Amino acid sequence: MLRNKLSKIGAKVLAMLFFFGGLAILSGRAVRWTFLAPLKRGRVLEQARKAGVDSLPIVALISLFIGVIFTFQIAYLMQRLGSEMYIATIVALSLVRELGPVITALIVAGRVGAAITAEIGSMQVTEQIDALQTLSVSPIRYLVVPRLIALALMLPLLTLYADIIGIFGGYLICVYKLGISSTIYTKMTFDALLFKDLFTGLGKTIVFGMVIALVSCYEGFNVQGGSEGVGRATMKAVVTSFILIIATDCFSTALFYFIFP
Amino acid sequence: MIEIKKLHKSFGGRKVLDGVDLQIPEGRTLVIIGRSGCGKSVLLKHIIGLLKPDSGGVFVDGVDISRLKEEELERVRRSIEMVFQSGALFDSLTVGENVGFRYLEHGGMEKSALKERVRESLALVGLYSIEGMLPSELSGGMKKRVAVARAICTRPRIILYDEPTTGVDPITADSINRLMRSLHDKLKVTSIVVTHDMKSAYSVADRIAMLYEGRIIAEGTPAEIQHSVDPVVQQFINGLSTGPITDTSSVHSGAK
Ligand SMILES: Nc1ncnc2c1ncn2[C@@H]1O[C@H](COP(=O)(O)OP(=O)(O)O)[C@@H](O)[C@H]1O
Ligand SMILES: [Mg+2]
Repeated sequence: MLRNKLSKIGAKVLAMLFFFGGLAILSGRAVRWTFLAPLKRGRVLEQARKAGVDSLPIVALISLFIGVIFTFQIAYLMQRLGSEMYIATIVALSLVRELGPVITALIVAGRVGAAITAEIGSMQVTEQIDALQTLSVSPIRYLVVPRLIALALMLPLLTLYADIIGIFGGYLICVYKLGISSTIYTKMTFDALLFKDLFTGLGKTIVFGMVIALVSCYEGFNVQGGSEGVGRATMKAVVTSFILIIATDCFSTALFYFIFP
Repeated sequence: MIEIKKLHKSFGGRKVLDGVDLQIPEGRTLVIIGRSGCGKSVLLKHIIGLLKPDSGGVFVDGVDISRLKEEELERVRRSIEMVFQSGALFDSLTVGENVGFRYLEHGGMEKSALKERVRESLALVGLYSIEGMLPSELSGGMKKRVAVARAICTRPRIILYDEPTTGVDPITADSINRLMRSLHDKLKVTSIVVTHDMKSAYSVADRIAMLYEGRIIAEGTPAEIQHSVDPVVQQFINGLSTGPITDTSSVHSGAK
């Protein structure tokens, strides 16, 4: 009984080590290919369009909602404390430093990461990955590198866009619902934001983008067992990306807290 | 000349190849027959270096390709092409881009020359003016032909075919058999064909080898295989549902 449990835990730990080992190897190779081989611009641009431009509507919709919801919740607290003045400050800081980056990353992991795993996974089960290799084309160079670069570039841009729309959502509530003047809201927002807020907020999304690309590609390459396997891998890629994004965020927030006090 | 020596391969403790020995002389066609799941694709993937053996080796012109580094392997692969069971056409690319893929990625041929080469390769498999179509618009038989066209586009010395006639109608199957024979005659390629279609095997083979329980249990000319006294071979080539392969109580000499 106990032995059984222990061996199950052991297997889980082993699987986790195996996963991180595999991910590390893939990352190493992807970085190597990024600098080793001349980049095909068209392929990166196509991925940037799929990951970035095509995500604009959903990112806009969700960040507008988040901006509105968050502002209401903050307003509730601030009105009790009698300091409505500071609603704009809190909304701006929380959105730019935390909510914008994480929510955008989670949206992209669900939308773009899942698509990457499904695409590479079906290429794996239909032997297209093998075919690439027999034609002397590295699947890492052909498939991983363009997605890695595209996501590392597009996630900060999408986040900036999400920040702006979220703050605009807050503006709508404050100005049209709570009667705070437009000038004050704008002034409080810009006064609150320091360069380092924007820098740390956007900086970490580069890492999130890389995490999404690498995890999604890794799960795609490791699909086993036909289309059912593709489904399972896609689910795994999204869950793993979520966990790693939150973990990376926790780590980087703590780090930045000490570096830029 | 391809030599396979004492090839062993297991997946997660399950033996798939258990000491395969084979030789394919230059310019000949060897057909490997065996039941589904007996490891035919695994064997082919070792010959082109997609899988690494647990032990043993695959020698192409005396070089053990299972020991080569990735860069050296790429050089060898320039003269070996493989036609995958499902075709494995890249579905985001057009037929023309699929066929000329190697040159498009690595250069080495001018645009107009490549266009001509792609046209010529498609013509060899009996397809005309379909360069602009997408794989999803093709029938199963056409996909297989395009896959063959992609394999011959670089004029390789060795072509590996994984079940080229599986899943197509008998008429298309016959035309694929003719195609393999004529490519062999025209381009003088060494071919290895994996199949469980005996008609196809007799039609294209110089020699036939049977893979059973991880080993080659019989090897010879089509006539020799046809007259083999091995009951396992007889059951397989005659497609009988009763016999030593399906009878679990008897244990074949090659079995583990
Ligand atoms: N990459 C792999 N990982 C684990 N098992 C594999 C792998 N490739 C093939 N196998 C197993 O090896 C056996 C032989 O497969 P295969 O060579 O595809 O058979 P076939 O003779 O039908 O082509 C099958 O049982 C398959 O499950
Ligand atoms: Mg097979």
